[in-house]
Amino acid sequence: MMAALALFETMFVPSRLVHLSSVDIAIIAFYFVLVLAIGFYLKSRANTAEDFFMAGREMTAWIAGLSFLSANLGSLELMGWAAAAYQYGILATHWYWIGAIPAMLFLGLVMMPFYYISKTHSVPGYLKLRFGESSRTLSSVSFAFMTVLMSGINMYSMALVMKVVLGWDIHFSIWVSSITVAVYVALGGLRSAIFNEVLQFILIWAGALLIPILGLIEAGGWSNLKLQIAHNASSEYTHLWSTLGTSTGNPMGIHWTGIVFGLGFVISFGYWTTDFLVVQRVLTAKDLRAAKMAPIIGAAFKMMVPFIVILPGLLALAVLPFKLVGETQAVATGGHSYNEVLPLMLARYCGPGLLGLGITALIAGFMSGMAGNVSAFTTVWTYDIYRALIKKDGSDQHYVNMGRWCTIVGVLISVGTAYLVMSFASIMDYVQALFSFFIAPLFGTVVLGMLWKRATSAGGFLGLLAGTLSSIGMWAWVKVDPSAIRYVAMSPSATDMAANMYRALWSWIVCVLVTVAVSYVTTPKTDAELNGLVYGVTVMPHEEQVAFYHRPVFWAIVVSIVFVILNLLLW
Amino acid sequence: MHGSGISIWFFIGVSLLVNGVLITGAGIWQVFNPPANPVVLFYLHANVWWGAVLAVIGLLYCFKFAPGRQS
Repeated sequence: MMAALALFETMFVPSRLVHLSSVDIAIIAFYFVLVLAIGFYLKSRANTAEDFFMAGREMTAWIAGLSFLSANLGSLELMGWAAAAYQYGILATHWYWIGAIPAMLFLGLVMMPFYYISKTHSVPGYLKLRFGESSRTLSSVSFAFMTVLMSGINMYSMALVMKVVLGWDIHFSIWVSSITVAVYVALGGLRSAIFNEVLQFILIWAGALLIPILGLIEAGGWSNLKLQIAHNASSEYTHLWSTLGTSTGNPMGIHWTGIVFGLGFVISFGYWTTDFLVVQRVLTAKDLRAAKMAPIIGAAFKMMVPFIVILPGLLALAVLPFKLVGETQAVATGGHSYNEVLPLMLARYCGPGLLGLGITALIAGFMSGMAGNVSAFTTVWTYDIYRALIKKDGSDQHYVNMGRWCTIVGVLISVGTAYLVMSFASIMDYVQALFSFFIAPLFGTVVLGMLWKRATSAGGFLGLLAGTLSSIGMWAWVKVDPSAIRYVAMSPSATDMAANMYRALWSWIVCVLVTVAVSYVTTPKTDAELNGLVYGVTVMPHEEQVAFYHRPVFWAIVVSIVFVILNLLLW
Repeated sequence: MHGSGISIWFFIGVSLLVNGVLITGAGIWQVFNPPANPVVLFYLHANVWWGAVLAVIGLLYCFKFAPGRQS
């Protein structure tokens, strides 16, 4: 053990934000041992394709729900939104509340029955059933490659964080984390990814919850915190809605229409209801009620995440004795950047042991996001590309073997992307933009497919294509002529974040308009062909009679009420 | 995930128990050997009580979801 610790120490470089003790390193090492042990333990339960790719479809609502949320709760998400809270104030909370909760409830109550009843293995698989092979090919190819590239970008970003925070060698971070994820996902398949995501979810809370608790004690409670933020920054930083009347009246430069329609409707619904990375977790539920409950459980916990992400950013505005600055200025002046706010707060309150748990939470968040990307990539590649286009008649064992190899190849492509980004940083912006091109139009295609039986195969495919191309077109237009942002985002002072939201909104509208127009001039499928796929022509399975407090709709109402109250309290 | 192998909640219990014991141990050691540069609010000894909370929850989960005890 001491030799291992000594080896660990040699990986450090002198400059670092926090210093780990032996207890901290033991906690981190124990985490790696445990996730690998889970992978080895679950190997014997990943023998069939249904086991490997769909975790046997036997997950309870709690496990599917926590995993659904955990796959999204990457450490870059934690650190990035804590930084955004320091920079923009409580407005960052919109990405957790209106930017998630309505969409998650909609997924559970409206969309999940169709995903679940159709017994599809993936979102592109649903498109195949509803609109045909061309729509599936377009969405699966774009999703598979964008997912694995995004995984590489996250890997590089996390390695960079570990270098800044702990002084770890960047190659060491990339290879240790990627090999660990590759081993436990390749061995145990989606079940192993889900088990580890639930473990990681608990560790994230255990490691991060103490920061807001101690921070509020130091700040003297919420009222004093608001007063200190008003003194150090501005009172606008603690209002959720009242500053959004104009795009110049808030730190983010955004109008409420962008938040409600761009973020709350298109981006949020696009991500939470059609991004297979998160939807895959819910598809593993053991029955329809569990499948409907899982996103609702996820929504309840999502509503609480700002407590461990946004609140530390706000607390930093009040209690840190120095001011954080942008990345460029931080490099030039040797100061601390916004992005370091979470580790800084961790180091402020957490002594030996707690610091190790906090760093473990960051590593766990990163690995759950990476495992989510890799397992989703593996399923889409194997089912929607390899089996659909390359080898249609393979045995069950053949596809399991393909899944295992694909996991390793997916991780290697991610590592390759990480090294590419290391050499050409601008690639990161391009790949992130590429990913955003597909999400909003895909939501238009899927939601029309589920709710409108007149939508035809040609309409679905051409709508998806037109929406995607329009998104690319708008992005390129602003790149070539930055003043075009006044048309795309309806304000010359709009930030990139605001531009993303409006671009998503327009591309979704284009997708819907084209789908509707083309559908009216082409022949729809018969009602019989659409059974199990579309609202109105699907015979819903009879749900078991349970008490009202076991019903998904009851808990969706509870979550909705809490959601409204929280927004009003922080108006 | 009950009835066919070890529950995920058991693994979580083990994780919380081990981490809780390590954190509490480090906290108690610091009570008797205060560091030269203590963290903010050091006097609250957060690692002692937070570690203890994690250890107790972990122990309960280990007991409740122990292999062989699941229904």
